[in-house]
Amino acid sequence: MEMKVDNLAVARGGVTVLEGIGFRLAPGRALILRGPNGVGKTTLLRTLAGLQPAVAGEVSVPPESLTYAAHADGLKSMLTVRENLDFWAAIHGTALVGAALRAMDIEALAGRRAGDLSAGQKRRLGLARLAVSGRAIWLMDEPTVSLDTASVAAFVGMVRGHLATGGSVLVATHIDLGLAEAEVLDLAPFRALASVPRGGFDEGFG
Amino acid sequence: MKALLIRDLRLALRAGGGFGLGLAFFLLVAVLVPLGVGPEGGMLGRIAPGILWVGALLACLLSLDRIFALDYEDGSLDLLVVAPIPLEAVVAVKALAHWLVTGLPLTLVAPVLGILLNLPAGGYGWLVMSLALGTPALSVIGAFGAALVVGVKRGGLLLSLLVLPLYVPTLIFGAEAVKRGAAGLEAGGALALMASVTAAAVAVLPFAAAAALRVNLR
Repeated sequence: MEMKVDNLAVARGGVTVLEGIGFRLAPGRALILRGPNGVGKTTLLRTLAGLQPAVAGEVSVPPESLTYAAHADGLKSMLTVRENLDFWAAIHGTALVGAALRAMDIEALAGRRAGDLSAGQKRRLGLARLAVSGRAIWLMDEPTVSLDTASVAAFVGMVRGHLATGGSVLVATHIDLGLAEAEVLDLAPFRALASVPRGGFDEGFG
Repeated sequence: MKALLIRDLRLALRAGGGFGLGLAFFLLVAVLVPLGVGPEGGMLGRIAPGILWVGALLACLLSLDRIFALDYEDGSLDLLVVAPIPLEAVVAVKALAHWLVTGLPLTLVAPVLGILLNLPAGGYGWLVMSLALGTPALSVIGAFGAALVVGVKRGGLLLSLLVLPLYVPTLIFGAEAVKRGAAGLEAGGALALMASVTAAAVAVLPFAAAAALRVNLR
């Protein structure tokens, strides 16, 4: 379940933002992406998740091994916390809802509507979805936004548990997670030199 | 996939889900048209098939932009793309869910509203049959349109303009079948043509919609 990235270039809005990225992510390892705002962390993660095509280079991951946590948590406010997780568990064919609720410490909220949660509680529910997916490689985009220190610790605990079972994580973050074993990849040196729009208006047909 | 269907139905039926919007619209049209046209029964009976079909079509149109826009806004569409079900199946299931909460109820109440519009007795069977066979096409074509405009803010207007021309064949054949049935003529031909439009839409458009979604999510 190793993820290999070679000489990858990614584009946002038709402009190449990062190029020449290469790394390996072995099972049980964590990699932290750093870089200033706008450098292309989200774009890179979306490309790795298969949501947008790469401009150049290769991404090799075993099929159906990825899951992705974006800025938006993908929650339905009219469903309860448990119903939200049950849905994703059914989609992925797993039965990990109880464990995920425990890992992110939201068991007490299981019967509440997601729309009634606070921002931090919603975020914890969004992260619990990662565990429910049962996927080996977790891509996370600023997972700790609106989490307090106790919740960050719970999150790091969940990530450690995932690493211990042979999973791997790729996190774009600005804060120090306290995940000492993680490698750090600074994206600033991979910034694309020529920021010329490619393709023009017909990029959708390319 | 069953989970997705159940989730969409549950969301539609809970408060704010928009179930009943199309139905209420259809009801209003059928109640207001006789008041506007006047009590002349013969005239009302003649235009009833057209009014009922136009009403059903516009009622369907009302809720189309919800098919993908809500999932796009809260990020769950991205997650569904990464999930282990094909995007084509996601589109098909969402179109089915849309039909179950709009097309099916419209089909079931249409005979009652036909009475309000003085629809001739021979037309009721054809009305229910044509709506049952035609409204799935409205939902699938609508899902395709919704997929095309998914990233556009306030895409409702654009969606209507894109989708309405595609609805025209279904409308013409559907209303024609009811009209001919009401007049006591053979209506099977029009019905068969409409059913073929539905079959083609159901077979092809989920793939087109999935391709449109992939482009729009970049």
